[in-house]
Amino acid sequence: MISRRGFLKYGASALATSGLITTTSGKIFAAAGSGSKDTRWAFLIDTHKCTGCGLCVKACKLENEVPMEANATRTWVERYVIKHDGEVVADSPHAGIDGYTRNDPQGREIPESDIAKSYFVPKLCNQCEKPACVQVCPVGATYQTADGVVLVDRTWCIGCGYCIMACPYGARFFHPVFRVAEKCNWCYHRITKGMDTACVEACSFGARMVGNIMDPNDPLTKIIKTERVSLLKEEYGTSPMAYYIGLDTLVR
Amino acid sequence: MKNHVYRPLFLVIAFVVAVLIAREIVVPEDFGTHEAGYMYGWHRKGNEQEWKDFKVKYQGKDYCKLCHQDKVDKISQTPHVIINCENCHGPAVKMARVDGKIHWKNPTYTKHGEDTFENHIDRTREQCLRCHAKLPYKGSGREWVRGINNTEHNPDMECVMCHNPHSPGFG
Repeated sequence: MISRRGFLKYGASALATSGLITTTSGKIFAAAGSGSKDTRWAFLIDTHKCTGCGLCVKACKLENEVPMEANATRTWVERYVIKHDGEVVADSPHAGIDGYTRNDPQGREIPESDIAKSYFVPKLCNQCEKPACVQVCPVGATYQTADGVVLVDRTWCIGCGYCIMACPYGARFFHPVFRVAEKCNWCYHRITKGMDTACVEACSFGARMVGNIMDPNDPLTKIIKTERVSLLKEEYGTSPMAYYIGLDTLVR
Repeated sequence: MKNHVYRPLFLVIAFVVAVLIAREIVVPEDFGTHEAGYMYGWHRKGNEQEWKDFKVKYQGKDYCKLCHQDKVDKISQTPHVIINCENCHGPAVKMARVDGKIHWKNPTYTKHGEDTFENHIDRTREQCLRCHAKLPYKGSGREWVRGINNTEHNPDMECVMCHNPHSPGFG
């Protein structure tokens, strides 16, 4: 039999633990738009606007020198087709690099009358505040910068692959040329020069946006602070920094 | 203590000293925990600059405008104003294939070279279909783009034979 004191004590600590997830991402949210001198990069994806053209994936591969023909990519676009009977047909052939030009999810033609809803979801590295991939690196080859971007030191990586397994989002892969772990770094060479990432540059529909969440005048900060946004796999406690608009519950 | 104790002990000490010396030589000076702290911050500081120095390829429409103002003006009067030039023309960087590897050169304002394949314009039907293939995906952005039925709308022809991407329709 648990005492009243014990119940309150353990109950409070259990509540605090379950609250950890919200407090860590809440910390950034609280500081967002504070005009802090520290930069914190964040990403915003509006799934309503994505047409599934795949030009972001193409631009990313060219910009970041990931071989076109290799089945490996820093960003990708997923297609979800949900039928009236509840069946979900989702795919991302070649990361969607050639665009979605046919109604053939997983090679099946789904008649228009059967489709309840359908949409595209662009994905990329979330540059988590608490990156699981960094924590498992045994040699210090992958790390978080002061402005929140997770980078990989190609000269230091031993290619053990722990980080690829640790990422809950499947954002990491093995670079076929450099033979080290590779990941999206939100075009660190571009954003640090005040440019947009290559995928944002290539998106015609404004489905992607990158910005400094600490800057109150950044359009990205304004949207995140005022509109309804969500994150992927928040329950993992990694505090992802890629915000989504219009995310369906079955997108993980 | 007996000799059989000292000998392996010296070996162990020698091994530890050798590892420490090797560590001092191999580990760069700027390696350590930096801003992100003990948990996430272990790295070689110099690598940050190496990533910042990575070559930029996509220059954006403002860069193209410096020489091609007329083209930008023309496309700006059409719905295609939202498209980045480099989506069809390729990144505005000179590149060359040497031994199968891509070598990036500095972007220049001079004439685009002949031995390179930069500004290789993608005029294929597939390029247009990325956005203009009609898909029954209500709720996706595709719904708002004017689309064609790929199998019915002149399937054997290239789109650019009738449509000018800089002024779509029949301009």
